[in-house]
Amino acid sequence: MSSPDAPTTTAPARRLTIARAISEAIGQEMERDANVLVMGEDIAKLGGVFGTTTGLLDKFGPERVRDTPISETAFIGAATGLAAAGMRPIVELMFVDFFGVCMDAIYNLAAKQCYFSGGQVTCPMVLMTSVGGGYGDAGQHSQTLYATFGHLPGLRVVIPSNAHDAKGLMLAAIRDPNPVVFMYHKALQGMGWLGTVQRSITEVPGTDYVVPLDKAKIVREGSDLTLVGLGLSVHQALDAAEKLAGDDVSAEVIDLVSIAPLDRETVRASVCKTGRLLAVDDDYLSYGVGAEIIASVCEAGITLRSAPQRIAFPDIPVPFTPVMEHFVLPNADKIVAAAQHMMEPSAND
Amino acid sequence: MSGTPSNRSDRLWMYATMVKSRHFEALIKPAYFEGKTPVFNMAKGPLPGEMHLSDGQEPCAVGVCAHLRPGDTVTATHRPHHVAIAKGVDLDAMAAEIFGKASGLSGGRGGHMHLFDARVNFACSGIIAQGLGPAVGAALASKLRGEDHVAVAFLGEGAANQGAFHEALNLASVWKVPAIFVIEDNSYGISVAKRDCTAVERNSDRAAAYAMPGHFVPGNDADAVHRVAGEAIARARRGEGPSLIEIETCRLEGHFMGDAEGYRPEGEVDRLKAEDPIPAYRARLLSEGFEGAELDKAECEARAAVDAAFAAARAAAYPQPEEAFAHVFA
Repeated sequence: MSSPDAPTTTAPARRLTIARAISEAIGQEMERDANVLVMGEDIAKLGGVFGTTTGLLDKFGPERVRDTPISETAFIGAATGLAAAGMRPIVELMFVDFFGVCMDAIYNLAAKQCYFSGGQVTCPMVLMTSVGGGYGDAGQHSQTLYATFGHLPGLRVVIPSNAHDAKGLMLAAIRDPNPVVFMYHKALQGMGWLGTVQRSITEVPGTDYVVPLDKAKIVREGSDLTLVGLGLSVHQALDAAEKLAGDDVSAEVIDLVSIAPLDRETVRASVCKTGRLLAVDDDYLSYGVGAEIIASVCEAGITLRSAPQRIAFPDIPVPFTPVMEHFVLPNADKIVAAAQHMMEPSAND
Repeated sequence: MSGTPSNRSDRLWMYATMVKSRHFEALIKPAYFEGKTPVFNMAKGPLPGEMHLSDGQEPCAVGVCAHLRPGDTVTATHRPHHVAIAKGVDLDAMAAEIFGKASGLSGGRGGHMHLFDARVNFACSGIIAQGLGPAVGAALASKLRGEDHVAVAFLGEGAANQGAFHEALNLASVWKVPAIFVIEDNSYGISVAKRDCTAVERNSDRAAAYAMPGHFVPGNDADAVHRVAGEAIARARRGEGPSLIEIETCRLEGHFMGDAEGYRPEGEVDRLKAEDPIPAYRARLLSEGFEGAELDKAECEARAAVDAAFAAARAAAYPQPEEAFAHVFA
């Protein structure tokens, strides 16, 4: 995934939001590769509701930065056609919740184009989409649906937890010959009108670099238990690990980065070391990311010091009223409580 | 309400209901910004999340709903308040729902984009064009039962580019159900102007593709909407099938509260506010024989009902957090 012909830049690293990192990555790749174009609702004049395409219209013009009608089936379907024709389309589905109107184009077209053609026709497209709640936007604008997409063969699915990774993952995603679902979490995005976890705003090199689409990262080392998260829950796990350290519990934190493919080896190696596993995500609980993580560890026959646990969003639609929504969302306190329970001798059977 | 076009009581009701809706939005505005200043954060305050106000679009709601009864179904959009109020949704429970209170229409589960009042067969949704299929279903149920209820789906002009629009219109026509599709054309889907994303100048022309009457109502005029909707609804009640109505209207506020509206040409909002349909309608009623005093009285009553609903909603209790688990299944 190296890019020897990338324009070299000496721009120093700056602190950027994930939104700025994404738009910078797209802009740099549009400069480097004339086949890259971006399409979606409100992505041109507005620069994306979540800032993913800021400044691109002015720089590249309306041929390559295209506002679309509210016609997701058409423009995501068109992206698969563009990809088949050798272009590198990036399309934005404004909220992942809106996948209901266009899932056929995603999972029956994009995900299967390569397979059905026996590899003759590839589908190098990026579908970027916002995920997550916690700000009172109710059940059609607050879901994450990681597992829904992770479940479907033929799609790569990544979720950056910080701006550095967001840029490198976006550059890798555009260059990848497969459809990549690039999920960005609203609580990390750095939009002026939404709160942002400050840790997600990081130094971002101005240069061209990629972050691999298939590698989890150990973002905090520890020895007593392994906390596995993605996107927002990485930060919740890091906050929890800090609190647990005060109780002399040493938590290792893994940022999955990708759920398809899932870097099972990094998780297994960590749990081999710690003997305890707590998976955390904000998608619906059942058949979810946590279940897949736990299965991956159990299938490997790793000896555990306590039963593996998961924290996720319960199997209910996302409620509007904040008293209900915050009651059911995962948070650092819930992680701490679960971890402490796992550390109790009675849990270690 | 009576189906007689532009009769006196309908016109007074339309005026009062437009005032009620506008006042509802006027009370939302300061409440929405509570807790969101000096730093705007959508998650904060008593009204978190997106808020889509209907200022300017009131004529669409009242002109259509003046002809509807509680047994008729309405599906509305993410910008639903004016339509909900005109359809007779319980004002107190609606305000409480928007504030996330236990006494809300859905006990706080739905919020402003998911208002449901089964008593008057009203529902709305945050997904573009999602209400069209359900309206076809409600209309089919009426037809199968031999009733004369109709179903009205409100949508924005942007929704006419969704597949669901075309599928629902075709299905309604093939099955000849009593459905009316009402496009509130406010010129913008968030930032994208209609002219930049719609192949036809008039969405009402698309009715021809589905063998149903298509009506264009210019001028954001409650009386004009009332006349056209009256015909379409009467036709549907007679069993003669669906219609499409396109209403030229305007959005006086941003797409959602907090929208910087950089996509608008300079001076557009000032021009639109100068053409505000509510004062214009009042002036017309006065010029056509209504007394200022009766309009004032209707206005006062409308405002008082909204004031009371907001006061009650603010005072109401939040639900218990554990209530989040109720009603996932029947």
